[in-house]
Amino acid sequence: MTKENGNGLKKASDHGIQAPLALLAELSHRCPLQCPYCSNPVQLEKKTGELTTEEWISVVDQAVEMGMHQIHLSGGEPTVRHDLEDIVEHCSKKGLYTNLITSGVLLNPDRLTKLEKLGLEHVQLSFQDTDNDNADRIGGYKGGHAKKLEVAKWVRDVDLPLTCNCVVHRQNIDNLEKFIQMALDLDAERVEIAQVQYYGWALKNRAAFIPTPQQLDHATEIVEKARVDLKGKLVIDYVIPDYYAKHPKNCMGGWGRRFLNMNPKGEVLPCHAAETIPHLKFDNVRERSLKWIWENSEAFNLYRGTDWMPEPCKSCDRKEIDWGACRCQAMALTGDAKNTDPACSISPLHNKIFSMAAEEARRAPPEFIYRRYGVRFNSPI
Amino acid sequence: MAEILKIKNDVIPKFPKHVRFKYNEPRKEWVILAPERLVKLDEIAVEILKLVDGRKTVRIISNELSKKFKAPEDVILSDVKDMLQQLSDKGFIEE
Repeated sequence: MTKENGNGLKKASDHGIQAPLALLAELSHRCPLQCPYCSNPVQLEKKTGELTTEEWISVVDQAVEMGMHQIHLSGGEPTVRHDLEDIVEHCSKKGLYTNLITSGVLLNPDRLTKLEKLGLEHVQLSFQDTDNDNADRIGGYKGGHAKKLEVAKWVRDVDLPLTCNCVVHRQNIDNLEKFIQMALDLDAERVEIAQVQYYGWALKNRAAFIPTPQQLDHATEIVEKARVDLKGKLVIDYVIPDYYAKHPKNCMGGWGRRFLNMNPKGEVLPCHAAETIPHLKFDNVRERSLKWIWENSEAFNLYRGTDWMPEPCKSCDRKEIDWGACRCQAMALTGDAKNTDPACSISPLHNKIFSMAAEEARRAPPEFIYRRYGVRFNSPI
Repeated sequence: MAEILKIKNDVIPKFPKHVRFKYNEPRKEWVILAPERLVKLDEIAVEILKLVDGRKTVRIISNELSKKFKAPEDVILSDVKDMLQQLSDKGFIEE
């Protein structure tokens, strides 16, 4: 039965959707790095617009009351916030499993010790490559890689579990075995080998990043072998670029089904790239409760379930497996978020876009368009 | 991460420091939480894990469960070892 909520859309409960499992909290868009594949929107939020400590603490309380299990404190760079300690302490007190997703470059041993004492449970540290020069070139931050190696050691010194997040693409994919070895050497327990996903900044830089199908196949072989060899020693999570996948990803486990994302100014998004869909209106925790937003927000309800799907999605027998895949990618590549994600082989645009990307992969990579926050952040802070 | 653990009768299983076995009140469910992992558990797994306290051996855990559920101890022992081995392989249980 469809309940009306003012916009004529079914709500979360009408779809049988339970409370979200985890919250990705982008505490700030500020970041000293300039990675050209950054997942933040191209329009970055200024410091003055960010939620206050008290506002984040209220969000944490609401997340716990809803039954969420985990919080990922992310950015931008979450450690630019001087109240990170207060937020971590509150998450821990309330029993939310607390992850810090960081570039690491602003951390020091004292701060890590303090965060661990306050209840931080896991650190995910990003790496741009395995050698200093190329890693620093990709991140746009001199000395970054060497600092990250130090930070990883400090993380393990305070006995926090470490995940190395390695974003791979045509300009570092040949170092894949070195990435895995680096994770072992740093005593990480997880490594994420994540191929760049193409929206926002990464889409602007697609030609600089997209690997050839041969490079990708080779990478997949390496990962599969390492998974067998390192079973019980190192967990390897692997994300391939869905341009080359057989089926598209079930993005976020389905739009508005399992997770939510908050941007620095308190808007609640179904995924971190949702701001690339221009007609979506996001509700803000400054005006509504998190619970109300999850249930009622139009930005969530527009693409929940399967009613919104056009053909060929509507009659596809995988529609409740991949949930129509990625709305942001459909928007970016077809101009309409409702269209079939071109990453899917049944999309009428699949072959055109796939061959365009494959052609880009064969040519020499162009210069990066760096993610720049503003003049202040063009040099290390 | 530690070397691969083989779950035997005299192993004393425990949760690693960063792994939480906890009850989520609003959802009314027991789960295992670990870095970017969430494991939903069936009732049998919950009963086993409630006895994992870093003091009891696998054999003692199985013995207590066999008394509680009036089931043959050898069957329980085998189930307990299987389940703990699976969790250990994923890094959710250590010695």
